Amino acid sequence: MQKNYKFSFLILTVLLIVIFFANISLGSVAIPFKDVFNSLIGVTTSNESWQYIVIDYRLPKAFTAVLVGSGLGISGLLMQTLFRNPLAGPFVLGISSGASLGVALVIMGASIFGGFFATLLLTKWSLVIAASLGSFLVLLAVMMVSAKVRDTMAILIIGLMFGSITAAVVSVLSYFSSAEQLQQYIFWGFGSLGNLSWNELLIFVFIYCIGILFSVASIKALNTLLLGENYAKSLGVNIKKSRFVIIIATSLLAGTITAFAGPIAFIGLAIPHITRQVFNTSNHKILLPAVFIFGAIIMLICDSIAQIPTSDYTLPINAITSLIGAPIVIWLLVRKRKMIF
Amino acid sequence: MAKNKKHTILKTKNLSIGYSSKKTRTIVASNINIELQQGELIGLVGANGIGKSTLLRTLTKVQESLGGNVIINEKELTSYNANELAKVLSLVLTEQVVSKNLSVFELVALGRQPYTNWVGNLSEHDNEIINQSINQTNIEDLKHKKCFELSDGQLQKVMIARAFAQDTALIILDEPTTHLDMYHKAYILKLLQKMVKDTQKTILFSSHEIDLAIQLCDKLIVMTDDKVIIDTPKNHITQGNFNSLFPKDLIVFDESTASFKIN
Repeated sequence: MQKNYKFSFLILTVLLIVIFFANISLGSVAIPFKDVFNSLIGVTTSNESWQYIVIDYRLPKAFTAVLVGSGLGISGLLMQTLFRNPLAGPFVLGISSGASLGVALVIMGASIFGGFFATLLLTKWSLVIAASLGSFLVLLAVMMVSAKVRDTMAILIIGLMFGSITAAVVSVLSYFSSAEQLQQYIFWGFGSLGNLSWNELLIFVFIYCIGILFSVASIKALNTLLLGENYAKSLGVNIKKSRFVIIIATSLLAGTITAFAGPIAFIGLAIPHITRQVFNTSNHKILLPAVFIFGAIIMLICDSIAQIPTSDYTLPINAITSLIGAPIVIWLLVRKRKMIF
Repeated sequence: MAKNKKHTILKTKNLSIGYSSKKTRTIVASNINIELQQGELIGLVGANGIGKSTLLRTLTKVQESLGGNVIINEKELTSYNANELAKVLSLVLTEQVVSKNLSVFELVALGRQPYTNWVGNLSEHDNEIINQSINQTNIEDLKHKKCFELSDGQLQKVMIARAFAQDTALIILDEPTTHLDMYHKAYILKLLQKMVKDTQKTILFSSHEIDLAIQLCDKLIVMTDDKVIIDTPKNHITQGNFNSLFPKDLIVFDESTASFKIN
């Protein structure tokens, strides 16, 4: 049984590496594969701008795709197990709605501050900070309210309610905004994997790794939670502590991803389902690394498609993830005729 | 023949059980003094709503007591942390497991959680105990099946195997025979009896199968409106304790057959 998994993991890892390089080789500018390879290993290429494109644009973008796909997949897995709900995703705790509120406030509220402040507010970092602050505050509110409830399901509902509240505030803000501001807000909502410099990527990776550490530390608790909370408790799991660690892991992962790449839809919900169908297990020791690889692979593919190789257009990544992800999930469910959870 | 003084696994002192919120305290039963010895199979019987589940939930630290003490292995229940308690007490609950996609082996293996390392890897010794529990409950042929493929009776055996794998001195089961047919009810209780005999564990279960419990249990806890009595089935019968279990308008306890008859 174990051997079987090892083989699958080997294939998937090779696939991930191949797709990673395919992703780097494809883009709006056609660069021969040999030159892509040369730029990667630091050998001078026939065209200097190619090297720049590969090293400073495509490579960080590919890494971002890996982080975004795997991070969202893992936080989706954590939430689905914690809430015993196959419909849960990384954003059930109100993380993306909080981020949206922060960004909406900055974009649409910038005019209130006027002139100088408006230009200062609209730098990229201000959006990242606004998104982080927004998701952090909403999450804090959800955590504070949920500390008072004993039932984990109540946290799910509370998260959804906070999501509704923030969505309503965003609607009100949009109503009073100019078309230009609305457009900018909508563009943020499309999500974007590019535009991350190496420095930004470093911060991203740092927080991402902390989130992953917390997730890995929760593997045992997650497996026990498959029996239900009362059984988990009787098996020596400290429910309150585990719940807290799982929620922190999710917020670190989903929070930073939303801050840097925008609210990427669907991946967090779909990847755990795809992984469960393929691996046919509920054991988190297998699922967690498998979700990591699947998430990274699918995000890289989505990114390559969104780029529309050799054209100048870039489609919104958020649309592509759903366009690719939804049919895969439907196909898997229809083919296997039953949901594995 | 047997040792005169058997080890007391669980003991309650003037225990009061019930529910409390900020303003109100609803006492379900009070002054409960029971002692469970090592190597006993104990049945807990009583009418619906009398507080059997509340008692079991209090004894297992799922819910707090309203007064008095619960002592497990000479240690106050409240001073156990979750993992310590998991090594002396295992549970079989009435609730369904969340993920039925687990295989039988995986589910039984989860019983070893209190003993495994941070990521839950099974040692050689763990695997031995898991296989032993699977043997004891006669579910070898189900080992690689998924839980959603099992019948209610099979699933109950698996849940019991999981509790066995937890390897605790005390096992508490909440209504392990509900939803089962007559044969499987007897089968499950017989299984528990055999386990007690073979391993000297203590097993406490609540049940509505009073006639089966009378035949199989070493002791019975009879819960009525005004008191909670623990004694051997024989003494319960001679003292007429079963007569006060239910209202007398419909069924009465017949001492000669040790079962209830329609009035």
